[in-house]
Formats: sequence, C-alpha cells, structure tokens
Amino acid sequence: MNCIIVDDEKMARVIIKTLCKSIKSLNLVQEFSSAIDAIKYLNENQIDLIFLDIHMPGFSGLDFIKTLKNPPKIIFTTADPQFAIEAFEYDFIVDYLLKPIELPRFIKAIKKAEKLSLSQDKFDIKINNSTDNDFYVNIDRRLIKIDLPTIYLIEAKGDYINIKTDEKNYVVHSTLKKIEGKLPDSLFLKVHRSYIINVKKIIDIEDNSVLIKKDVIPVSRSNRPELMKRLDLL
Amino acid sequence: MEKPNLEYIEKLSRGNESIRNELINVIKTEFPNELKKYHISAKNIDFKQIEDNVHRIKHKFSILGLETSYETANNFEKSLREHRLDNAQKEYFENVLEVISEFLKTI
Repeated sequence: MNCIIVDDEKMARVIIKTLCKSIKSLNLVQEFSSAIDAIKYLNENQIDLIFLDIHMPGFSGLDFIKTLKNPPKIIFTTADPQFAIEAFEYDFIVDYLLKPIELPRFIKAIKKAEKLSLSQDKFDIKINNSTDNDFYVNIDRRLIKIDLPTIYLIEAKGDYINIKTDEKNYVVHSTLKKIEGKLPDSLFLKVHRSYIINVKKIIDIEDNSVLIKKDVIPVSRSNRPELMKRLDLL
Repeated sequence: MEKPNLEYIEKLSRGNESIRNELINVIKTEFPNELKKYHISAKNIDFKQIEDNVHRIKHKFSILGLETSYETANNFEKSLREHRLDNAQKEYFENVLEVISEFLKTI
C-alpha cells in the first residue's frame, strides 16, 4: 500500500515513518507537515492510505477529509480521543491510533486497512452492462471483460463468487443474487442456492444434479421444473 | 515529579542505533522550538496558540514516559480550550518543560 503521513509535528512523522519501515507491505511515498500541501499532492497522485493527525493548526484532519473527493483509506494518528466518534462516521476511516503509537497497535491498524483493501478493491465486483454478451468485473483495480457465453458456472463461496469460464476462473467479492440480475435468462439459471449454471453448457442431467464440464452441480427440487422447461427435449 | 525516560524510544528503535539517534535528534531539535513558541503564546495570552502549543508539546511528554504530566497537560489544554488560564496547571506544565529541557541536555 502506498501511503503518506500528514502531521504538523516532525517527531510524530518520524515515529510513523519508523513504524512504517517495520511493515513490508507499506510504501511510504511522502510526508507533509501541512494539510494544504497534502491536498495539493492528492489532487495529482493516487495513494492507498493516509496517516492523518487531527489536531493541526489552521486546518484540522477532520477539515482535511471533508475536502477529499475520492478519499483513500485513512488512519487517524492523534492524541485526542474525543474525536473518535466523529471520525468513525466516515466509511473510509480504518482506525484511530492514540499517540504515542506502539508497534503492535500499529500492526493491528495496518491489518485492518489491508483487510479492507481486499474486500473493497482487490475483489470488488463492479458489473457494468456493456452489451448483452459481456460484463466487466473489477479485479485488482482492472476492469476485466468476461464474455457471458464463456461462463459455464458461477458458484457462491461465502462473501465471494467464483465465476468459471472456459478460459479461467475469477473470484470476486459479490453475491449470487447480485450477479443473477445481470445475467440473461436465456443462458443462465440458478439451479441451487449456491450455483448458477449456463444451461447451454450442460453435458448431462441426472435426477438431482447436472454435469457441466467436469463439475457435478446439485439441482434443488424446487429449481428442477424450471431447468427441465429450458431444455430442448426430444 | 516523575522523571523522563527513553523507554518508548528504545522500544521503537528495537536496538537500531541509527533510528534511536534520529528520534533523539528530532526531539532535541523540535522541543526547544516548541518551548519558545509556547512561551511567546503564553506571554501574549493567546488561548488558541497556547492550546496548540500545549497540544504539540504534550506528545513529547508521552514519548518521554511522563504519564502523569501528560494527563495534567490534557487538563491544561482543556481549560485553554474553554478560555480559562489555570495558574496551577500552567505552573505544573512549565515545571515539566524545565525538567524535559534539563533531561534533553543529558542525552
């Protein structure tokens, strides 16, 4: 994660810089003694995480976050416990560290930020209907086009779905319910609470299951009539 | 009155001499400037400025392990926010500043 520090006190910046060095996944790209300078920087650069002091002369950390159009994740580093409630009103506030910051507490905050990155950025699904034949998923901040006819199976995996295509599989943070609405009825059918299949890819059907590629997928009793209706039976 | 110590700095630097020296150098450079700014604001009885300076300085209290002094600085800051200049709090705070100034000469 690329991060910056915004704190008017040099000692505080040096401490956070020292703590950052202990964490391999953190790349400290810049530090600012003034919130205004940080805003200018953020207008031209994209970063993942800000360590932000609240009590700064002239322009507080809380004023600062109100100016951000597309805020990255923020960890407050402050000596003021009284702002915690207000700070957590913002979704992008990851944690609230009280000075002097100890390494174990710092590590805990970074883990929270990383976890949030995984759920919000890395695996976040952003399905945009481009045509009837494809959609896009956001993986690692790249929008990847998936051709609908190549999908043969979508399976629920906890908070994620696994989209299996002829080429490869895509694990994205979403639900079957969310993706179901984006898929054409002519191709896809939910046959079980955990599975949506491409009916054109069915190889064979047994009583309570279908074979798609090498996957045997259960068919729930309530969905079986709809499945049978979709098939071109001789 | 409690005595300053380098426990936090030692813990943070984890035996790395250059990190330890950097932290000590920063505190030795930054503290006298903050002290000067505090005294100017106190002389001018500028509540907002005094409050800002007390806030910045109190972080040094906690870095130097002065837990009780940190709490009294918190109370002093709160009084200033309410535009009250409590002489007992001010005197205690300034005594701590002197103790720190003397301590920094020894490290």
